[in-house]
Amino acid sequence: MSILIQTDKCRNCGRCIEACPGNLIQVNPQGKVWLRHPEECWGCTSCLKECQFEAIYFYLGADIGGRGSLMHTRREGDLCHWIVEPPDGRPVVITVDRRSANKY
Amino acid sequence: MPFHIVEKTADILIIGGGTAGCWAALTLAAHEGLSVLVTEKANIRRSGCLAAGVNAINAYIPAGKTPEDYLEYVRWDAAGIIRDDLVLSMAQRFNSVVGRLEELGLVILKDETGAYALRGQWNIKINGENIKPLLSQAVYRTKNVEVLNHVNITDYLTLNGRVVGAAGFSVREQTAYFLRARAVICTAGGAAGLYRPNNPGFSQHKMWYPPFNTGTGYALGIRAGAEMTTFEMRFVAQRCKDTIAPTGTIALGVGAKQVNAQGEEYTSRYGLSTSGRAYGTTNETHQGRGPCYLNTVGITSKQDEELLKAYLNMAPSQTLKWLESGKRPSQQNVELEGTEPYVVGGHTASGYWVDTGRRTTLRGLYAAGDVAGGAPKKFVTGALAEGEIAADTALADLPGLPLPEDEALQAQEQAILQTYEQHLTPADTPSSGTSAALPACRYTSQQLEEAMQKVMDDYAGGIHSSYRYSEAQLDIAEERLEGLTALAQNLRGTDTDDLLHIYELKDRLLVCQSLIAHLRARRETRWAGFGFNTDYPGVDDSWQLYVNSRLENGTLKIHYRNLVKEAITFEYPDSNG
Repeated sequence: MSILIQTDKCRNCGRCIEACPGNLIQVNPQGKVWLRHPEECWGCTSCLKECQFEAIYFYLGADIGGRGSLMHTRREGDLCHWIVEPPDGRPVVITVDRRSANKY
Repeated sequence: MPFHIVEKTADILIIGGGTAGCWAALTLAAHEGLSVLVTEKANIRRSGCLAAGVNAINAYIPAGKTPEDYLEYVRWDAAGIIRDDLVLSMAQRFNSVVGRLEELGLVILKDETGAYALRGQWNIKINGENIKPLLSQAVYRTKNVEVLNHVNITDYLTLNGRVVGAAGFSVREQTAYFLRARAVICTAGGAAGLYRPNNPGFSQHKMWYPPFNTGTGYALGIRAGAEMTTFEMRFVAQRCKDTIAPTGTIALGVGAKQVNAQGEEYTSRYGLSTSGRAYGTTNETHQGRGPCYLNTVGITSKQDEELLKAYLNMAPSQTLKWLESGKRPSQQNVELEGTEPYVVGGHTASGYWVDTGRRTTLRGLYAAGDVAGGAPKKFVTGALAEGEIAADTALADLPGLPLPEDEALQAQEQAILQTYEQHLTPADTPSSGTSAALPACRYTSQQLEEAMQKVMDDYAGGIHSSYRYSEAQLDIAEERLEGLTALAQNLRGTDTDDLLHIYELKDRLLVCQSLIAHLRARRETRWAGFGFNTDYPGVDDSWQLYVNSRLENGTLKIHYRNLVKEAITFEYPDSNG
């Protein structure tokens, strides 16, 4: 269970650092944001949702059914687009509206 | 490098900025002139149980039902071992806290009459992906609440048996915090990571309960001599396999039934209580009729789409798992498994022994949410209600709780600081100043954590024994944990992130030791799904009592207490604190 931080997209704004409920995202000695303890990630995706630059990707460990797809989010007002990119296939996009409640 | 010291004083200190802690702060914010301090080891923005979001409020009193009906339901579900006064007092506030949540911006589904749309008996449907940001933003809008993020509390400060503050350190920089207060509210959450988890490797933290809730709230109280209750009522959640995602959304949302590998519905054989449902799945598998599933094959494509969306708002890994497998829930059943056991007073009755106002047995200390015992099935609204009750009581007690004298606490603070420094002093450094070098420790906190989880799994009823344990096994667990506790005193790190991991381990070890004493003390099997005592396999109604414990002169003593039905108020011995 873990995330990938794409350093080329990251602008070091620090929002993910404050979003992580486990203090796992920190600044390394080179001044870059990094995930200090990848195996301690809970998979809550708080950091993805806080990132304004689509720089954080979430993936499932192979031990719990992961096959290499990467998931990230794109905000558009109250809409949150969840984008899943399989290693060899077309991306799947599921859009959730923050104003509409769960039906189940 | 010596620690930088920060000292602060407040009227009320709240330890933990999660669900109950934020609500206690918001309750106190209504009182101008009162100074409130909240400490949080991460950042209150997303910390605690609500990080990923929730998609239902599980405890709401709908039209036609009363808080007394909820009390009856909880008493049945917990097989009698609850505190009527605590469950009733929180249930009486469920609907008012929901009203305030809606004012803060929580989206709640309504039916055609404008009433909240129900799911099952007590649930209402929400969009709760951002419920924690809504709460934390409200805290930041207050004028008299100061939030100290990234501060991990390690010890209460006490004076003549009264809690008068707390000590901790920054997880970001080498700074120690000594915080004095007239009253302290503990809302530091329950304990995960005591047992070997469902996914012990790379995905070890893919668990139900926050892996960052390490039992610190309990450990603080145990160390300071607070009385604790019902740790032996562990919680085992029945979850979607691998992702450990909730099952209620599938079971209640699309009406999926639990079936074993032969396709038989088995829940009626075990009863519908939370423990009974967990035991059903465990026992069907144990008897060779597993795996067990939620039968979703054949649901509509619209239901497929709604499920994928619903999980994104609280457990996105389950949605991702469906996509990764190439099969939607309509094409494959959802496999079930039980989690590792947790100690969590929001779901069972484990935690601080409190009076109706949420006073603990230590004067000046109050407890709410997952750390508070006696009131299972709190869920979000119960944690909020308890935060409110604890805040109201602390406020009412303040006139009798003067600010402590500084001098009297300095020796305690120095001893705590010395322990921090010892853990950050390399083994080969000769003694200097106040920080004596510790003997060498060959292990890391991660290695000792793994050892602890193995002991608990092997000998204290973990997943691999189908939650079964015996007194002979508990004896071994107790002995091994003593050894690990001794080793943990000598752990070393290089920065306060390491120090956080060391303290989290020490807190978990202490909670494990208490848990073992409680498991041994209840000689029956009351909640088979949460733990099966193989020496005493049945329910015995002479055990309709509470198992409580307290550390007395370094030894954990068990106290059996009769069931409480009416409101109670703790009296404290006179003290000059």
